[in-house]
Amino acid sequence: MKKKFFLSNFKNIFPYVLLSDKNNEISVIISPSSLLFSITCLKKHINFRYNLLSCISGIDYLNTNYRFGIIYDLLSLNFNTRIRVKTYVNEVNYVDSIVSIFINANWWEREVWDLYGIYFYKHPDLRRILTDYGFEGYPMRKDFPLSGYVELRYDQTKKRIVLESVELAQEFRYFTFETPW
Amino acid sequence: MKLKKKDLSRELKNFTINFGPQHPAAHGVLRLILELDGEVVKRADPHIGLLHRGTEKLIEYKNYLQALPYFDRLDYVSMMSQEHTYSLAIESLCDIQIPRRAKILRVIFAEITRILNHLLAVGCHAMDVGAMTPFLWAFEEREKLMEFYERVSGARMHAAYIRPGGVSVDIPLGFLDDLYLFISQFSLRLDEIEEMLTSNRIWKERLVDVGIVSYKQAIDWGFSGVMLRGSGIPWDLRKSQPYEIYSEIKFSVPVGSSGDCFDRYLIRVEEMRQSLKILSQSINLIEEGVVKNNSYKINAPFRSEMKNSMEAVIHHFKYFSEGFVVPSGDTYTATEAPKGEFGVYLVSNGTEKPYRCKIKAPGFGHLQALNDMSVGHMIADVVTIIGTQDIVFGEIDR
Repeated sequence: MKKKFFLSNFKNIFPYVLLSDKNNEISVIISPSSLLFSITCLKKHINFRYNLLSCISGIDYLNTNYRFGIIYDLLSLNFNTRIRVKTYVNEVNYVDSIVSIFINANWWEREVWDLYGIYFYKHPDLRRILTDYGFEGYPMRKDFPLSGYVELRYDQTKKRIVLESVELAQEFRYFTFETPW
Repeated sequence: MKLKKKDLSRELKNFTINFGPQHPAAHGVLRLILELDGEVVKRADPHIGLLHRGTEKLIEYKNYLQALPYFDRLDYVSMMSQEHTYSLAIESLCDIQIPRRAKILRVIFAEITRILNHLLAVGCHAMDVGAMTPFLWAFEEREKLMEFYERVSGARMHAAYIRPGGVSVDIPLGFLDDLYLFISQFSLRLDEIEEMLTSNRIWKERLVDVGIVSYKQAIDWGFSGVMLRGSGIPWDLRKSQPYEIYSEIKFSVPVGSSGDCFDRYLIRVEEMRQSLKILSQSINLIEEGVVKNNSYKINAPFRSEMKNSMEAVIHHFKYFSEGFVVPSGDTYTATEAPKGEFGVYLVSNGTEKPYRCKIKAPGFGHLQALNDMSVGHMIADVVTIIGTQDIVFGEIDR
């Protein structure tokens, strides 16, 4: 009953593209342009009160028009519910930073920027976070190889760490067989 | 010699120091750029990622079962809680139920893990602040608990015991008796640790009113677990969104009042006592039965079946070579890990490998508040705050 009311209420005020309610988990897809409005609404609206941001994750659907997904997991301590807000962008588009709404989005957005290369507009401090200083490329993209491009080694003669391109003795095997039966 | 006026005015500059990445009080490989005015912290900028192993990327290239041991290695002091979350996520996608005995065993090990973690948290925190003795006592107890891990899985830490569809094997004979013996003596050990710390003047001077997080700040920063409860928010996923058999068990959730480091210490100790309560209730609740879901698709067949059935042998081979297929969909599953809300956002595209597995580590959220928590405090208090956040880099850097 509570949930039914929630969903009907939701449909009236929320600019979503698609809403799904699978496994008792509510998730909505919204367009990047309405992100700031939607998140603010979810946080402040008296019927939602999603006041805690659990995490932001990125996802890469290679070979689609809107390649990157950004997923915001919100939790309402008042109503004990979760909601997942998804939005999709591609390499040339950006998405608005929600640091002005949730301050803890800061590191989560830095992480998505670091691993996927999705640009967050108006983020106060968009530096790399998990990868090494001076790292190039976005490692969680599906077209980034698992082994990476460079490896580190201590050079005895130069007496310092050197960067070299990866050389595998054996090619990496993916083990993606079609099932024979 | 006559002094000129411009020589008289001294120029004051803030001092910037590098705390870590190799510092015993940094709990691993935290590099902290501290800007100091005398001994007072003006700014703290944590640099993380020095232990980044690309776990999420690696998981995308493994099948569901092969990905499980990575979860032990995330937060390497609360191993089974994370396996648990991952297994629950897979079970939620596959929409399967597990036998009741397996549920109870999972709760037992989740609580053993909570004690393991809090012992380390309190012990190491005390050591960072200067009390060596509780640390040694805590590790003595941890040793006993890791023996329980060893008896069910053969490994002391990286157990890979809780698996999708149940647990890997049943507990050995006499296990629950020994667990009962542990429970009956452990609260005395806790009393001893508390005797050393709780009313200790030095301990209180270092912890009380240090690193205060207000009610509002705790929510704004997206805290979870002890960090949230320390600020007076009664929120525990075991109570509010119960999983396994937590809804049948009576236990209370300690909540702090002032949100300082001392409150969080008291909560950790009290949570260990509550865990003991949960453990003894689970021992009483346990019942005979299997410990795995009997579907061949999600679990390996029993050894006895393989002796007689060709079908079982085939499934055994397929299970360990190709893995099992998880129906496409996505789920965010969270459990109350000792450090806070540990979440797994799992996306399946209907193959035997996860398409995406995002790990929401509680420590990541806590560490980004370090700047706000430590500004205005002395440099020694930064160590206290790192200790109270219970930072482990395995989970933060992933």
